[in-house]
Amino acid sequence: MIKINNLKAQVEDKEILKGINLEINPGEIHAIMGPNGSGKSTLSSVIAGRDEYEVTDGSIDFNGEDLLDLDPEERAHKGIFLSFQYPVEIPGVTVSNFIKTAINESRKGRGEEPMEAREMLAKMREKAALLEMDKSYLSRSLNEGFSGGEKKRNEIFQMAMLEPKLAILDETDSGLDIDALRIVAGGVNKLRSAENAVVIITHYQRLLDYIKPDFVHVLYNGKIVKSGGPELAHELEEKGYDWIKAENA
Amino acid sequence: MSDEILDEITATEYKYGFTTDIESDTLPPGLNEDVIRLISEKKNEPQWMLDWRLDAFKTWLEMKEPDWPNVTYAKPDFQAVSYYSAPKQKKELESLDEVDPELLRTFERLGISLDEQKRLSGVAMDVVVDSVSVATTFKKTLAEKGIIFCSMSEAIQEHPELVRKHLGTVIPKRDNFYAALNSAVFTDGSFCYIPKGVRCPMELSTYFRINEANTGQFERTLVIADEGSYVSYLEGCTAPSRDENQLHAAVVELVAMEDAEIKYSTVQNWYPGDAQGKGGVFNFVTKRGICERNAKISWTQVETGSAVTWKYPSCILKGDNSIGEFYSVAVTNNYQQADTGTKMVHLGKNTKSTIISKGISAGKSHNSYRGLVRVGARAENARNFSQCDSLLMGDQCGAHTFPYIEAQHPTAQIEHEATTSKIGEDQLFYCNQRGIGTEEAIALIVNGYCKDVLNQLPMEFAVEAQKLLEVSLEGSVG
Ligand SMILES: Nc1ncnc2c1ncn2[C@@H]1O[C@H](COP(=O)(O)OP(=O)(O)OP(=O)(O)O)[C@@H](O)[C@H]1O
Ligand SMILES: [Mg+2]
Repeated sequence: MIKINNLKAQVEDKEILKGINLEINPGEIHAIMGPNGSGKSTLSSVIAGRDEYEVTDGSIDFNGEDLLDLDPEERAHKGIFLSFQYPVEIPGVTVSNFIKTAINESRKGRGEEPMEAREMLAKMREKAALLEMDKSYLSRSLNEGFSGGEKKRNEIFQMAMLEPKLAILDETDSGLDIDALRIVAGGVNKLRSAENAVVIITHYQRLLDYIKPDFVHVLYNGKIVKSGGPELAHELEEKGYDWIKAENA
Repeated sequence: MSDEILDEITATEYKYGFTTDIESDTLPPGLNEDVIRLISEKKNEPQWMLDWRLDAFKTWLEMKEPDWPNVTYAKPDFQAVSYYSAPKQKKELESLDEVDPELLRTFERLGISLDEQKRLSGVAMDVVVDSVSVATTFKKTLAEKGIIFCSMSEAIQEHPELVRKHLGTVIPKRDNFYAALNSAVFTDGSFCYIPKGVRCPMELSTYFRINEANTGQFERTLVIADEGSYVSYLEGCTAPSRDENQLHAAVVELVAMEDAEIKYSTVQNWYPGDAQGKGGVFNFVTKRGICERNAKISWTQVETGSAVTWKYPSCILKGDNSIGEFYSVAVTNNYQQADTGTKMVHLGKNTKSTIISKGISAGKSHNSYRGLVRVGARAENARNFSQCDSLLMGDQCGAHTFPYIEAQHPTAQIEHEATTSKIGEDQLFYCNQRGIGTEEAIALIVNGYCKDVLNQLPMEFAVEAQKLLEVSLEGSVG
């Protein structure tokens, strides 16, 4: 589905991604872990197309297309979704109006008709229920005054609405209480299929207890320095990153 | 039946002999007493009206053009203006093909129907009948309730006692330079009277007075809501209005008697000049309402047009328990300049006012909010809440806020909140990531920002205003 090859990116002349290689196939779940500041969020931003980051080398192929040629919204239309580590507030724009605009703009981008109002409403109700969100969220201003956990849950609600091919969840677990973590993870699991893939960026094992990854990668200093199966996450939880840092010193 | 309607139109056109000879019906430029006498005579006005105009003219001669607004422009030469031009038919075009394609594109974006596009751009139409019949039914319904809604000229002829009693009582002739000028030379405008206890059953819109739409550059409006009545009045149009007249100096007076309520909504979209700032209308408007006991006046405005705007819809809260509200969105783009705001003058006890002002500046434009809240010595328990927000798009535009507070009573409660924000890269990227392109994202964010004001507009007007905001800000970022 996505093939990242020797990807290098910088911001203000500072190189942050120093040659990333990663391949993800449909149906797979990948976890990316790594110390603070190692470049995890930068990698997700570059995949999503944030122009603050300048790609200096390498390529990203998404279902046979050169992703780096596309605007962020075009990437979204093709099925890339990013659950933000820090979701943004948009005052005065309700969650339902925002998601409606997002869905219909994506459809337009793919040359499809807008979704019928009734179908839209039914879908919003269904997905809100899936994530055990009160319907009143739908008429609140997007993320304005939301608690940290509510913001994260709202990200996954949007993911559920947009049904992406590749979802990147950047620290979606941080800020979620124990029950919310279970609910959100349950929601993600329900959305899994053989056609889509999920990348989970996290610092902790606990989310991976609910969503079992096929692969775990360690990102350190702008590179993937280690990859393995689910056991790698347990090992990191136990030993921390010192041994990784030592190996790559 | 369509014959009747056609008769009606032609009758109004010929009423004052306007269409006899276009040339002789336009006065040469310049302003003096004789010009005013001529205007009054052409309109067949009573002596008191002429005297009133002449008095205004004398006052005006002694006045100076204000220079305190935060705008710069070449001052108009008042002797170069022609003060009387019969409401002649604009030159009719054969078809929409002759209309500026840029204008048509805007019409389309605003979702204006083909017929309406023709009407607005002055294309000859054979389908007028439709809207005329709407207007006729409309007039009938109003008449049944005793509501008077007509042009100012007609009101001076048909309802002189009402006009004479109220004209200039809210905005005196000597109020300011432009109001004085308007009082001397106004040629037409709208008049509206709602009788005691009557709730006007529909939104009154100048739009329905199609055969009197050509109101010219010195427009005069007077709305009188008698005791316990209610009216919602819509002014303007979202379609871009191009006008040869560079200077517009309108006066709007509202009288809300005891227990009455007036809701006055404006969408102003005069030609702002081109992207370089050339051309464009100067809009100097004086709008004010007076509230008697328990009365309420709400001003709601969405301002996107004009090269220079100078406008402060105000409320005089004279009666106890009266309420004044001001909701405003002012957008400036390219080289536009706007200095707008409101005055809330609390005179009665327990008077309340609310001010919500949302400025949006883009391009190289300047957008100023100027607001005065005055609490008089008798105004026990007066309360005001003001919220003035500015949204900047890009880094070459400016937003300025000038709040003035004068409280002469110790019980006054005045709250003022102000914010300045930018549409953040973060917000745009967030929208982009969800599949929403940058133009759409800006529209979405701006609409969210203006929501508190747009919510005050009547439903269908709000939808139009929303689209208008989108069109006005097109291409302003990125
Ligand atoms: N816009 C930017 N300008 C300057 N430096 C940046 C910018 N974005 C990221 N960086 C730097 O790049 C490095 C990687 O940041 P990034 O946010 O990708 O880390 P992360 O792995 O997601 O960390 P965390 O686990 O704390 O979320 C950091 O040193 C950060 O300060
Ligand atoms: Mg991060």
